[in-house]
Amino acid sequence: MSDTSDLAPRGEFGDTSDAGDLAPRGEFGDLGDLLAGAQVVVCCGSGGVGKTTTAAALGLQAAATGRRAVVVTIDPAKRLADALGVPGGLTNDPVRLPVEASGELWALMLDTATTFDGLVAANAESAEQAERILANPFYRNIAGSLSGTQEYMAAERLHALHADARFDLVIVDTPPSRQALDFLDAPGTLSRFLDHPLFKLLIMPTKRGLKVLNLAAQPILRTIGKVVGGDVLADAIAFFQAFAGMETGFRQRADEVTDLMHSDVTRFVLVASPRPDTVLEARFFAERLRRSRLRVGAVVVNRSTPRFGPAEMPRPRSANAAALHDNLAALHAMVLAETATIAPLAADADVVPVWVPLLAGDVHDLSGLEQIRRLLFDPTAATR
Amino acid sequence: MDPLQFLTTTQLVVVAGKGGVGKTTVTAVLARAAAARGLRVLAVELDGKPVLEALLGEYEDAEGVHPAVECTTVTPMDALGEYLDAHGLKRVSKRLTSSGIIDVVATAAPGIDDIVVLGKLKQLERAGLHDVVIVDGPAAGHAITMLLSAGAMLAAVRGGPIRTQAAEVAEMLADPSRCQVVLVTLPETTPVNEAIETAYALEERIGVHLGPIVVNAVDLADRLPADAAPAGSAMRAAAEFRNARRALHRGEVARLADELALPQVHLPLVASAHLDAAAVAALADGLSPT
Repeated sequence: MSDTSDLAPRGEFGDTSDAGDLAPRGEFGDLGDLLAGAQVVVCCGSGGVGKTTTAAALGLQAAATGRRAVVVTIDPAKRLADALGVPGGLTNDPVRLPVEASGELWALMLDTATTFDGLVAANAESAEQAERILANPFYRNIAGSLSGTQEYMAAERLHALHADARFDLVIVDTPPSRQALDFLDAPGTLSRFLDHPLFKLLIMPTKRGLKVLNLAAQPILRTIGKVVGGDVLADAIAFFQAFAGMETGFRQRADEVTDLMHSDVTRFVLVASPRPDTVLEARFFAERLRRSRLRVGAVVVNRSTPRFGPAEMPRPRSANAAALHDNLAALHAMVLAETATIAPLAADADVVPVWVPLLAGDVHDLSGLEQIRRLLFDPTAATR
Repeated sequence: MDPLQFLTTTQLVVVAGKGGVGKTTVTAVLARAAAARGLRVLAVELDGKPVLEALLGEYEDAEGVHPAVECTTVTPMDALGEYLDAHGLKRVSKRLTSSGIIDVVATAAPGIDDIVVLGKLKQLERAGLHDVVIVDGPAAGHAITMLLSAGAMLAAVRGGPIRTQAAEVAEMLADPSRCQVVLVTLPETTPVNEAIETAYALEERIGVHLGPIVVNAVDLADRLPADAAPAGSAMRAAAEFRNARRALHRGEVARLADELALPQVHLPLVASAHLDAAAVAALADGLSPT
C-alpha cells in the first residue's frame, strides 16, 4: 500500500488500518454485536494492558446505545476512577457517571473485605453467627488478603449486580492474576474449603459437641499447628465452626455464578497489548476458557503502533526527508512485528483482533475514554 | 561508570513492576548483564512459567557461543514441602501434599506461601553458589504483599519455625548488601505514577533498599522535522506520531527523576515480535559500563 490518501483519517495521527478487508470469523461480527445480546461481559488479561480502560469504553458504548450498564473494577490502582474522571473516586457502591447518553453508565470499585462481610451477614443464620465470624481474627486475615478471595468476591458481586434491576449489563474488569477465571469451574477458595476433607473434619465435631481443644489435639491438626503456630490454628478452627450452617447458601450462589458464566448472555473479551509477555498471558486465558468449554468473544489489542503504511522506495536523498522515510519504515517494521506477535493469540481465540492504536497520552478522563470507544467501535478499525 | 554496579554489591535482586511493563524482560537483561560482568548468576521465576529459560538460553554471535544463564523456578508449594522436610516433618509433608491439605495450610495461615518463598530465596542467597540471585518478582501489588509478609508473620505468630523464618527474612530484606528491589516502569503517565507509589510503599512499609529504577522501552531520540513532508502524507503523520511519543517519554522520564531520587536505567524501544536470548543479550550489551 503506497498511497494512504484515500483512507479516511482515524485516530489522532490519521489512518492506522486497512479498511476491513478481512471478515471476522468469530461468533460476533464486531464488538457492537458482542454487546448487543450480552448481560455480562468479562474482560480478562494481564495487568497494564488497558483492561480497565477497555471495560469502561465498552460501558460507554453500551450507555450510548440505551443500555443501563455498570462497570466493576477490581484494580487497586484506582485506574478506572482516573479514566472516568469521578471526582470523589469510586466506592464499593455503584455511582452513576455524568455521561451524555440515552442509557446510563455506572461504575464501582470492588472492596473485597466489605463484599465478604456483606456476604457473611446475608448468609448467616443469625446476627450472632455473623458477628462471631466477622470478629474472628482468622476471618479478618483472609477477608481482605487471601489469594483467591478477590476473584471469588468479584464473581459474587457480578452475581448480585446481574440480579439488580437497576442494570441490564454488567461489565467486569477481572483481577490481573492467572487465577482470575478460577470461579468458572469451582467458584473460588471458599468452595474449595467446603469440599475439602479438612473442612469436613473441622465441622463435624461441632455437631458432636466436641471442644476446640480436643480437635486441635488430632494428629493432622497438631502437625499443622506446629508449622503455622497454635493460635493461628485455633482461630481457623473457630472460623470454620462458626461457618457451619452457612455452606448451603454459599454453595448455591457459587453454582449460580457458574451457570451464569456458561449461559449465552455472558461474553468474554481478552485484552492484550502487542508485547510477547502480555500475549502469553492472554493465550493462557484463552486456553483457560477453552478448558471450561467457553469461547472468546473478542480480542482487543491495545497500545498498538498505528499503521501508516510502508515507506516508499527509493529512500530520499535530503537528510530531513530521509529521516522521515526511516521513521516510517521503522514504524512499519513495528506494525509487522506486532501483527506477528498477536497472530498465535488470534488463532487460539479464532477471532479477528480489534486493534486500538497508541494515543499521544494516557486516558484519564471521559473524553479520552470517548476516543477509545470510537476506536473500538469504528468498523474500519476492526482489522489489520 | 557502570549503571549496573549494584549487581556486584548485593546478593539478591527482586525485580518488581506492574504487569505489562516488561518485568520478565528486564529480569533476563539484568541476569545476562550480570553474567557478562563475570558474575555467577542465578535467575529465578516464581509463577512457574518457564519463560526466563528461553530468554537466557545459549546463543551465538560474532564473538562465539555464549553459554546459558542458570535459571530455576520457586513455587510456594515446592518451597513449603521443602520447608516441612527440612523441619523434621518429612513423614507428614508427604501425606499433607498428597491429600491436598498443604493447600489448606497455606490458606489457613495467610502469607505462609509468601514467607516460604522468601525463605527459599534467602536460602539461595545464603548458599554462596552464586554471586547474585535475580528474581522475576510478582506483580507490583503482590510484591508489596509478599515483602510485607515477613513483618505480618512476626506480628501474628508468637513462636515456632515460621516465626524464625520470618525473622530471618526480615533481616535479609533490611540489609542492602543482601537484598535490593529493582522497580520496572514504562515512560508513560500511569506506569510512572504507579512506580512512584510502589517505591514509597516499599521503602516506608518494608524498609527494603531500592536499586536503580529501570525504564523500559524508552525513546528519547531527537524531534523529527515533520514539516519536511507534505501535509497529509504518511511520512508526515508518522513523524508527528513519533514526535508526540518522544515528547511524552521525555516528559515522563524527567518527572520520574523529579519525584523519585533513584538512578534510572533506560532500555530502548525495540521492534521485535519474538524476544529471544540474542535480543536479550543485545539489550544487556547496551548497559555496559561507560
